[in-house]
Amino acid sequence: MSMQSPLGRVRGLGSAKSGTNHWWHQRLTALALIPLTVWFAVSLVAMTGRGYDTAVNWLASPVSACLMILLIGAGFYHMKLGLQVIIEDYIHVEWQKLTLLIVMQFWSWLLGIASIMAVLWVWLGG
Amino acid sequence: MADINRPLSPHLQVYRPQITSILSIIHRATGFFLAVGTLLLAWWVISAGAGPAAYSSFDWFIDGWIGRLALLGFTFSLFYHLCNGIRHLFWDIGAGFELASVSATGWLVLIVSSGLTLLSWIVGYVMRGAL
Repeated sequence: MSMQSPLGRVRGLGSAKSGTNHWWHQRLTALALIPLTVWFAVSLVAMTGRGYDTAVNWLASPVSACLMILLIGAGFYHMKLGLQVIIEDYIHVEWQKLTLLIVMQFWSWLLGIASIMAVLWVWLGG
Repeated sequence: MADINRPLSPHLQVYRPQITSILSIIHRATGFFLAVGTLLLAWWVISAGAGPAAYSSFDWFIDGWIGRLALLGFTFSLFYHLCNGIRHLFWDIGAGFELASVSATGWLVLIVSSGLTLLSWIVGYVMRGAL
């Protein structure tokens, strides 16, 4: 006999109350990152170490700026989901786990937003 | 929790290394390495936004041998995590679970990610006009 209420069963959110959200978002961002990563890796090798003008001219084009913002958005979110799993797997003292999870999430948002703003800044011409 | 010394499940050192387990470990390791590498990405775009003076120190670092080495590790991690991630996506739809194909796709991931790393550096250096 199931201890779950019919409402709980139909919502399908399980004991974590978030259902398959974590899993699904990780896959969704992974899918988006397939083309973005290929583009990004080549750009990284091609555009770094060649001076300010080269990098800024490249980044200021709408295509580069748009793809870069998508990469940063999907990438940092994917990173946050992945680091969360690593922390949950290896840190077993509750307060340490909670502290690390909070710091990691704040850090991910800070670095991600700052990077996106930098791309917008370059795109808008400084 | 009561102070009981419960038995733990056997961990890494108990098992004979296999292509499946090694690749799984590398997947997590490259994922973590990529997370560290986001610092490089952030430094890149933020210094580009901050202006020529800030950008020149990033450019100096990334063009030096430590920077090149970090970038090589970063691009390999990108491609490895990408290829093995695609392997995971196939498992998610229930494909490729047979022992033979799990091991075959594992080797494929190693070969393809190394090849793509090399290819991206060739394409990148052609775009730099250096090749």
